[in-house]
Amino acid sequence: MILPRLASPNLAFALVALGVLLLLAGSYYGLFVSPQERYMGDVQRIMYVHVPSAWNAMLLFTLAMGCALAYLWRGGWGWDAHHEALLEGAAVLSFLLCVQGSIWAKPTWGVWWDWDPRLTTTAVMLLALLGILALRSAVDDPEKRATWSAVATIIAFVDVPIVYFSVRWWNSLHQMQSSPETVSAPFIVPLRLNAFGVLALMGGLALLRARVAARRTAKELGPALPPMPAGAALEA
Amino acid sequence: MTDTLRLPTPAPRRNNARRWLAVLAVVVAAAGFGLLTAGGIGENLVYYWGPSDVKKAGDQAIGATIRLGGQVAKGSIRQSGGEGSLLEFSVTDGKAVVPVRSTGVPPQMFREDIGVVVEGTMTKEGVFECRRLMVSHGNEYRAPVDAEAPDMEKLIKSTEGLQQAGD
Repeated sequence: MILPRLASPNLAFALVALGVLLLLAGSYYGLFVSPQERYMGDVQRIMYVHVPSAWNAMLLFTLAMGCALAYLWRGGWGWDAHHEALLEGAAVLSFLLCVQGSIWAKPTWGVWWDWDPRLTTTAVMLLALLGILALRSAVDDPEKRATWSAVATIIAFVDVPIVYFSVRWWNSLHQMQSSPETVSAPFIVPLRLNAFGVLALMGGLALLRARVAARRTAKELGPALPPMPAGAALEA
Repeated sequence: MTDTLRLPTPAPRRNNARRWLAVLAVVVAAAGFGLLTAGGIGENLVYYWGPSDVKKAGDQAIGATIRLGGQVAKGSIRQSGGEGSLLEFSVTDGKAVVPVRSTGVPPQMFREDIGVVVEGTMTKEGVFECRRLMVSHGNEYRAPVDAEAPDMEKLIKSTEGLQQAGD
């Protein structure tokens, strides 16, 4: 388990490079190899970025929630650093998700936005993430910041399963989740490439971002204590 | 690259207050989720009514702004040409049918049998006066010529006797 500790930058950069490669391959396949959709034509291709954004936004939020729980339960700045990094990643993806969805909605549904349960709960997810990040930036004491935002993340996480199930629980304008049975084979390839591409890219960036967070926290906590012997446990 | 960055020290104190906060947060989250799912919000939160619901509401639907959702009935689309033109069609859920009157050019995806959500109100004549027309599509994405994959799937399913009804 890497998250209680900081990842080496080499690993993070390797993940970023892998993500870029996968996204290049997925984008090429999605734009030039996959055929047009029967009714939607080229517009459907936005699915290749929209769906990976959705999956990874929810995944990163879930991981952030795990870090928040681990911080409260076990302590350790590693959890807090990754909590912060994953929250930001989830916020970026949620924002992209809403924008991409809007761009897809206009030509197909005929509107940019409507207060459909899926759209509304997704907007709540974005606002919750931004709210927690605002809370973090407003609290100066590292321990209070870590503790309070961890509590906020755990409570806000309730929205994630609601986003997922909203299309099943309620009437909605948004369609239900697709599955390999409802999507033609040539559409699945770019979807998977981009999904793993976004995962690797955001994962790598989050690992790097956690290092930045750890550095800042170290500065806030004041001059370092005498250096620990190599290999010593990093959590007290 | 030599990695000199270490996690800040000292680590946060391992105190029980924080653990209680973890328990509390999980309890609040679980309670919130339980309340939302078991508390009947499914019935109280309605994005649109189906044609049957609108029929059942009777006079209540007249004059109130509501959303009606369903499928465009086969053969029901009548369109007088030109911009700002009249567009008439019926929305059905297989049981009830509600005639809808709209104006203007519908979204490109609009066609028979596709899902629509229309916002507007019922008139006394029993026609839904649509102010906002939205097309909803299913979760199926198909290539125009999609010979191999689905056929193989069907073949496998049928040979194994797994063909699902109503799939």
